Amino acid sequence: MPVLWIVLIVFAAAAIGYAVARNRALASAGGNARGLHSLPSYYGWNAVLMVVAPSMLVLAAWLIVAPVVIGWSVAADLPNRDAMRSGDVSLAMSDIGKLAQCLTVGVREGAIPPEVARGASLEGTDIRETCADLGIALGSDVTRETLTSAQAYRAKTATSALAMGIAVLALAALGFGYAAMRSNKDFRARNVVERGVLVLLVMAASIAILTTIGIVLSLIFNTVAFFRLYPAAEFFFSPTWNPSFGGGSTLGILPLLWGTLYISLIALVVAVPIGLFTAIYLSEYAGPRLRAVAKPAIEVLAGIPTIVYGLFALLTVGPMLMAVFGRDGIGWMQEASSVMTAGLVMGIMLIPFVSSLSDDIINAVPQSLRDGSLALGATPSETVRQVILRAALPGIVGAILLAASRAIGETMIVVLGAGAAARLSLNPFEAMTTVTAKIVSQLTGDDDFASPEVLVAFALGTTLFVITLCMNVGALYIVRKYREQYE
Amino acid sequence: MYDTRNAERDVTQNEIKMSARKCQVFYGDKQAIIDVDIDVEDKMVTAFIGPSGCGKSTFLRVLNRMNDTIPIARVEGAITLDGEDIYDPRVDPVQLRARVGMVFQKPNPFPKSIYDNVAYGPRIHGLATGKAEMDAIVEKSLRRAALWDEVKDRLQEPGTGLSGGQQQRLCIARAVATEPEVLLMDEPCSALDPIATSQVEELIDELRESYSVVIVTHSMQQAARVSQKTAFFHLGYLVEYGETGQIFTNPRDERTESYISGRIG
Amino acid sequence: MTDAAPADPRPVQGAPSRPSLLATSDRMKRRNAAEARFRAYGLIAISTAGALLVVLLWNILSAGLPAFQRTVVTVDFTLTEDQFDAAESVLFKTREYETYFIAALSDQLRDRGLDLEFDSASVERLLGKVGATLRSHYRDNPDAIGQPVRFELPTSSRVERYFKGGFARADIGDTNRFITAADLDLADALKQAGVLRTAFNWTFVTGVDTGSDNPGGAGIGASVVGSFFMMLVVLVLSLPIGVAASIYLEEFAPQNRFTDFIEVNISNLAAVPSIVFGILGLAVFIQFGGGQLEIQALKASAPLVGGLVLSLMTLPTIIIATRAALKSVPPSIREAALGVGASKMQAVFHHVLPLAMPGILTGAIIGLAQALGETAPLLLIGMVGFIARYPETFMGGFEGPNSALPAQIYNWASRSDATFIEKAWGGIIVLLLFMLTMNLIAIILRRRFERRW
Repeated sequence: MPVLWIVLIVFAAAAIGYAVARNRALASAGGNARGLHSLPSYYGWNAVLMVVAPSMLVLAAWLIVAPVVIGWSVAADLPNRDAMRSGDVSLAMSDIGKLAQCLTVGVREGAIPPEVARGASLEGTDIRETCADLGIALGSDVTRETLTSAQAYRAKTATSALAMGIAVLALAALGFGYAAMRSNKDFRARNVVERGVLVLLVMAASIAILTTIGIVLSLIFNTVAFFRLYPAAEFFFSPTWNPSFGGGSTLGILPLLWGTLYISLIALVVAVPIGLFTAIYLSEYAGPRLRAVAKPAIEVLAGIPTIVYGLFALLTVGPMLMAVFGRDGIGWMQEASSVMTAGLVMGIMLIPFVSSLSDDIINAVPQSLRDGSLALGATPSETVRQVILRAALPGIVGAILLAASRAIGETMIVVLGAGAAARLSLNPFEAMTTVTAKIVSQLTGDDDFASPEVLVAFALGTTLFVITLCMNVGALYIVRKYREQYE
Repeated sequence: MYDTRNAERDVTQNEIKMSARKCQVFYGDKQAIIDVDIDVEDKMVTAFIGPSGCGKSTFLRVLNRMNDTIPIARVEGAITLDGEDIYDPRVDPVQLRARVGMVFQKPNPFPKSIYDNVAYGPRIHGLATGKAEMDAIVEKSLRRAALWDEVKDRLQEPGTGLSGGQQQRLCIARAVATEPEVLLMDEPCSALDPIATSQVEELIDELRESYSVVIVTHSMQQAARVSQKTAFFHLGYLVEYGETGQIFTNPRDERTESYISGRIG
Repeated sequence: MTDAAPADPRPVQGAPSRPSLLATSDRMKRRNAAEARFRAYGLIAISTAGALLVVLLWNILSAGLPAFQRTVVTVDFTLTEDQFDAAESVLFKTREYETYFIAALSDQLRDRGLDLEFDSASVERLLGKVGATLRSHYRDNPDAIGQPVRFELPTSSRVERYFKGGFARADIGDTNRFITAADLDLADALKQAGVLRTAFNWTFVTGVDTGSDNPGGAGIGASVVGSFFMMLVVLVLSLPIGVAASIYLEEFAPQNRFTDFIEVNISNLAAVPSIVFGILGLAVFIQFGGGQLEIQALKASAPLVGGLVLSLMTLPTIIIATRAALKSVPPSIREAALGVGASKMQAVFHHVLPLAMPGILTGAIIGLAQALGETAPLLLIGMVGFIARYPETFMGGFEGPNSALPAQIYNWASRSDATFIEKAWGGIIVLLLFMLTMNLIAIILRRRFERRW
């Protein structure tokens, strides 16, 4: 039974449950709502909660857990499982998964007879070609064992789906019955509903934590898998990045980190002075009319998606720099994508970010400090430099840290504007590449997922996550402390 | 009983330091000060009293052009310092404020060390040529604000770490460090406890030796204690201005009397 | 009175050492100059930022607007029954239609006093495969046979680029097999005659992506639909969850370590690079997704998957905005509700939440706009494949593989053909228009329902 149908049935049951519970409660009080403990609608909502919440939770849990369990059990049944290394297992599992998918699609499209999908052998059919026709490319030739496993896989999946449908609907029915039974005039429906709602609210709030856990787990598992195939020391300390998909790649993160930091540095050199001075001018000098125009304009700049900046780098800034510093100009630049190209454009992207954060922080400096300084005969600029910026310094440091973390994690601009060559060079007009750009290129290739060349992306991702996490937490801590000081 | 000792002692006429003629202040369309004429004398404490919103703080800010920092504020009339119009377009408000210092309602030390707080004014005005001279200025100012003994061992600690009364005296030290001629004080004790208040009041009395002090206060007792002359503001008008003793014992205007006896305010 | 006045001499008051207020001292002049410089830095910074914004927008518009235009050749054409039968009976059917077309075009030009020589090869270079277009039109609409039909045929992308100023006549060599100088003469003449003109490019707005052999025919429409379904997922997931989480944190959560941890978590998630969410999406999908249960046909590039990833990304934004909105409702409202005997839950859901709604919606729209423009996670989950298409069913819109606006733009930008680059800029205009509309709605909401307490 499709998931959609299960969901629809459960919600329909909930709607009916609402009406039934409400009427039963009313009836128990002789049709007089004043005789009830709670408002009639609370009895209805109680039923809705009882029907929907447990069943939907089980559904979600099943959808997440079942594939893993099925995967494990199929993998455990693999012939000569003990002799296989973990890479081989995941290769085999990927083949089985694809074949199973191909069988399902094939049966639906009529290209594969159902009996093949269910259990017959593959004599006489070239299943690999059929699958290719259906748009599913199988890695290696389909062996007997693979087919058997895929068939078992499908069978288990079907059983699981059936069991899930039955379990979810049974739970919904149970909830329905229980709620209807309890709906009488003495039942404290409001308290129960409110408790239930509170639990739901807590669960919603926990999703933030679940997301973080999800990120951390998905990074760690794959990073560990990578370090099993590739020495960690070489990853962190090798000065070369040279993936070759035939094997024997050198995957050192240093050149990527260097490119990332170099580009971020240029971006900050562009963005921090412009953004900071813009914020200072707007908050300390500008009249209300200029502010009314400039602030929304800066917000517009902040709302422009990074793909736009990426295109701007690739198609406008790169060629422009080429015209000045390229072969026809000074001759420092070989190609349009370079550290400078990406850095400049990223700087433009960060200007509104820096300026709006600084603006908030400068405005949080109490007016009394400005008055105190001006009353001593300081000029506005002396007040800004010696009193306001000094008071706002921690906040501004936090803002710059946040901007730097953003620069380090920025992807589209560097994918389009920085180039693809990993090198350790000081020339800002050379093409270099970054951690994020390589994550994209390693993960979007057609290579097998178990190879170190692909898994390295997760190690890169972990590095990126750790670096930005430290910067964010540090920045947030500083900004928070700073805010408290003036609240 | 009011402390009338001071009032009786200093009734001599001093040199006129600042004066206002037909002063008007507008906030946008609203007029906050109407036709104020006043002469503030040198070496004397002048108190501005009156109910909330009467314009006394506004008028105080006229005297060192702090109203310039409020975009919608507009000042008319002639305000002079030593006979020179301080609203003359050639006058740089920055230079004016170096000579007419101000202390605010809430202590507002800068987030710097005690030393740097006091040295801030002299530094921007270039009053000291070397470290030794600056040290001397800082010490002199802190002594004058009766704070030196309490802080001399921790000059490098942040000024924000002091107690409220100490902070306010630090702000006074900061203001006198630039050697102003007039010191404006906007309810300097309203955020302080009674002990700190009496310390600051004592200090104000001493400052009179060197400066012309103008103090805005909510407390009539305070005005009686520290000032020699008192001006009563009401609804933007300067109702009555005279010697403190006379204002408190024998007011000429009915409104002043009502205020002093607690019927309005 | 104690005499604590310092022993050192007091400054001389009112003495001539005090210069007049009207004179500006040298030091003051220097300080004022520094002030002016500082102001100038500020002005330079703000005008630089403004200039960059103008350059960026001008660049987008000048490069992208041509994508909304194309050159078309308008030909009145009547196909008789005999011609149809004759054409359908020969081996090279489209060739036959092309001959008819050339005759019709020549006639039309002759009516306007133009006598031009052109062969079928140059027609193909100018207009592409005209014969096939005509044939499919008449095969689909047999009723049109015998009736005069006005065809608006888009010119080939090279002719289009010629008129848009993409290249000069001198740039084409003698051996160019895609276009010759004679073709351009013909095109110029057609333009003079009014047969060839510029028209709004509906294909770009409504069309689907094409292969690199037909850059002129590529359109953004399908990926707009893909983005729409993705935003639907984001809205349905992140708005209720975000609001629920905010209500808990703002109204019910006790002040403890756990709450603090959630808060730090949320502010940190808001600053995690978007590509990390892409990695999460990819890893989860590979672990659990593809080939299982009912979502068997689900590809990573389905809007459902993209929407899920973007929802996680948007959640912190919505939570932060919602909490600010809830915070701005004064406590007196809660107290008033509690005072008449409402439970805490009732006070929040009946009074606080409705009052905070405009702020919440504003935050949600801004979060959605952000999600709409996000590209990096979509790259990882594979939404850049050449598969932009219109879904056949509503559910298919969620499950079927599709592209999204920013992914489509990226895809075009990475092809080398100049026409695709132009389309990428055009796509950016479409994307920015959507974002502008959403931001405008947010601003209007804020203005209309803004409450000052």
